[in-house]
Amino acid sequence: MKFTPQDFKSDQEVKWCPGCGDHAVLAAIQRALPEVSEKLGYSHERYVVVSGIGCSSRFPYYMNTYGFHGIHGRAAAIATGIKVANPTLSVWEMTGDGDSLAIGGNHLIHAIRRNIDINIVLFNNRIYGLTKGQYSPTSQWGTVTKTSPFGTVEHPFNPGALAMGARGTFFARTLDVELKLTQEIMVEAASHDGTALVEVLQNCVIFNDKTHALISEKSVRADRTIVLRHGEPMIFGKEGDKGLVLDGMRLKVVTIGENGITKDDILVHNAEEPNHGLHMMLCEMTWPELPVALGVIRKVKDRTYDDMVRDQVIEVSDKSPIHCMNDMLRSGATWEVE
Amino acid sequence: MQHKVIDVKDVVIRFSGDSGDGMQLTGSLFADASAYFGNEISTFPDYPAEIRAPQGTVAGVSGFQVHIGSSAIYTPGDYCDVLVAMNPAALKSNVKWLKPNATIIVDTDTFDEKGLEKAGFQTSDPFTELKIKNRNIIAAPITTLTKDCLNSCGLDPKAGLRCKNMFALGICFFLYNMPLKHTEEFFNKKFSRSPELIDMNNRVLRNGYNYAGNIQAIADTYIVKPSKQKPGLYRNINGNRAIAWGLMAASEKSGRPLFCGSYPITPATGILEELAIHKELGVKTLQCEDEIAGICTAIGASYAGSLAVTTTSGPGLSLKTEALGLAIMAELPLVIVDVQRAGPSTGIPTKTEQTDLNQALYGRNGESPVAVMAPHSPSHCFVTAFYAAKHAMEHMMPVIVLSEGFLGNGSEPWRIPDMKDYPSINPPIVHKLEPDEPYFYPFKRDPETMVPRWALPGTAGLEHRVGGLEKNHKGAVSSDPMVHQQMVEERARKVELLAREIPPVKVIGAEDGDILMVSWGGTYGHMLSAESHLRSQGIQVGLAHFDYINPLPLNTEEVLKRFKKIIVFELNSGHFANYLRTKFPQFTYLQYNKIQGQPFIIEEITEAINNLLK
Repeated sequence: MKFTPQDFKSDQEVKWCPGCGDHAVLAAIQRALPEVSEKLGYSHERYVVVSGIGCSSRFPYYMNTYGFHGIHGRAAAIATGIKVANPTLSVWEMTGDGDSLAIGGNHLIHAIRRNIDINIVLFNNRIYGLTKGQYSPTSQWGTVTKTSPFGTVEHPFNPGALAMGARGTFFARTLDVELKLTQEIMVEAASHDGTALVEVLQNCVIFNDKTHALISEKSVRADRTIVLRHGEPMIFGKEGDKGLVLDGMRLKVVTIGENGITKDDILVHNAEEPNHGLHMMLCEMTWPELPVALGVIRKVKDRTYDDMVRDQVIEVSDKSPIHCMNDMLRSGATWEVE
Repeated sequence: MQHKVIDVKDVVIRFSGDSGDGMQLTGSLFADASAYFGNEISTFPDYPAEIRAPQGTVAGVSGFQVHIGSSAIYTPGDYCDVLVAMNPAALKSNVKWLKPNATIIVDTDTFDEKGLEKAGFQTSDPFTELKIKNRNIIAAPITTLTKDCLNSCGLDPKAGLRCKNMFALGICFFLYNMPLKHTEEFFNKKFSRSPELIDMNNRVLRNGYNYAGNIQAIADTYIVKPSKQKPGLYRNINGNRAIAWGLMAASEKSGRPLFCGSYPITPATGILEELAIHKELGVKTLQCEDEIAGICTAIGASYAGSLAVTTTSGPGLSLKTEALGLAIMAELPLVIVDVQRAGPSTGIPTKTEQTDLNQALYGRNGESPVAVMAPHSPSHCFVTAFYAAKHAMEHMMPVIVLSEGFLGNGSEPWRIPDMKDYPSINPPIVHKLEPDEPYFYPFKRDPETMVPRWALPGTAGLEHRVGGLEKNHKGAVSSDPMVHQQMVEERARKVELLAREIPPVKVIGAEDGDILMVSWGGTYGHMLSAESHLRSQGIQVGLAHFDYINPLPLNTEEVLKRFKKIIVFELNSGHFANYLRTKFPQFTYLQYNKIQGQPFIIEEITEAINNLLK
């Protein structure tokens, strides 16, 4: 199937604020879907974009695909219903940190636990934007917002760690400003069978500007983030001389060439390792101690919920003597009145 | 000794014991055997919310009432002719349901000091203490006799004590001259892998039967002759199963696969359980993480082209409220089944009520009318679920089915229908654009019915967006004041126009006159019995029982007009009466309300009418 990004653009005017990180994610997905179609043979009408409530949840209106703009927090449940009902569809859930980690937290973890084959794009700007600036479940300690005038006193969620805790099979992280990486990750997510959670560290230019700037500014990005790729050593830094090693139970940054460290000492990323211990540590890396992990952190094969539901239906129907309602109504204990 | 066999028209038997005593099974087996014998039956379980409340206490008493008759019966009966009380607590909690000359069967082994104390008796004579005057008491050491029976044939009496309920059942079978064959066959089938269990149960059952024949306590036995039923194939069905099957039938007729997203909740869980069994007919069930996910997965499945259903009880309907608004706004078919229980909040989960009507009619933000239907008997749940699904799909809207715990758990014989006698279901599925559409307009309506089309994801060229935001006919988000008003009115009109397709409300009894009794839902059997009872006393009243609540049948006003007085009977504080007041304010509505977590008693209804006539 040959498509261009234009085929996925709707005629609706995009109403996000100028400078909002969402624009870049929209562009990345509109570029990714033609690639997905080419790779997996998906026709245009097979895509369904589902969302909850929030700025990012306006996404379906800007995509020229089937779309469902749901209610706050429930996109994962709606997407689950769509996928179970028709497993041939490619279902994309667009959600924010408030939508899927506060009001919709329950649906998110259960979607991941079931490993339903949907792609969840979590726009994490650490703030409630559409309601004009209240703290969210990912707001960092002490964040001053309209509802936390003296700073928050809550631990933030780490979406990756949450996904690992729910035994997720796919987790990736990207930055809104890393358009090419985002596009690449979306294609990876689409080709993964199971729940693919993609966290986009995204900037809210109005209510939480520069929330990710410490790591996303171009001048520091290479030193403060690491792009993980399966099978490649965990090397980062402007000079490409920094790497990650395991020091006891912890990850540690080392410099290649110092203290006798060579490239061979650096951990090689294995996204396909079933044990999520190291993946969890990678998810939880925070600057300045460690670089923030980007890329596909975890991608393991497992059975998907929608496949198993479908298979059970086929297996049971094949064995059953009941083929229609009239058979069923007459099955079991009945008696004849003459 | 020879017993005289006396013919009786109907009999009510209440089996009661500790919630672990297997009273539900005992009652069901008696009901099944009666149905096979050819009697009319109606049953209702009365069990506590606790799975195993403290043994021997009144709180832990579980009951199952069976009403059998030689001609049509409509309720499980108010008061019982026979009470089986497996312990003192059972006797204590059920004494209020005894008819004056009722037969009481008790297991005397449990009426020891400890048992009486647990049940809260002050003396060693519970019968005097409870002021039970009749002397038809079959006092049998059931536990000991069961033990002896199992001992004598080398079976493990400890394991076998669980089947002491079968001893009691055996006594009842003797008392009503019922064949044991059906129950024996049930055990042969149920325990086909464990011959010892078959042997145990069948032996104890037969011993109970023989014991009853040998003792002096039973002077006469009774028989309820088979009724003259319409020829055909019959089965017993309870309301929850009937709902599940009605939905499956609608799935078959419409060609739309059935999807049910639900969360377990008493007393509705049986529907999800039943649907989960039937994968052979393509049913997909999803036991969700919560009630909200139940309805939201169903909405997703509906968008993707399934006949989508979510099942719940009152508290769950509260949780689904916001999402129900979404289904209204997105104009997607959806069936919401609420098996009502006593509320508010957790209320009394195992007891029946009709207190969710206001919630069903009004419990949402914004202008959000939905169709509301209510089944009137266990088997009528099949018909109601079928039509709810038909209306939902053909009108592209949610339909709420208000069942009740009384119907969901109650059962009755059902003449098995043939699916060819049910109408076709034609959802407005669209495959391509209209000539005047440059792209798909999701809310373009049929001007006659106000119904939009159902475009399923996966259909080329019909890509479109739906959701909770107000939109114009073309599907574009709009906050235009006139668009909003128009869309609100069109969605409401779509529900109203369903009235053209629903049957008129029938008047049972007097066609016009002084008094019209009005009711809806699961009270039908009691209302019908009351009307027939009144008629037998020469009192002419009409009964209008509503299966459709929103919209109301088109002849409603005309029916109400024919009577001088209208009295609305419901198991709530007057939801339907108030609803009628808003629809037809020209009439005066009297009310009879009961909010005790219990069904009506026929004599309450007849008394209310008699008081009205005074």
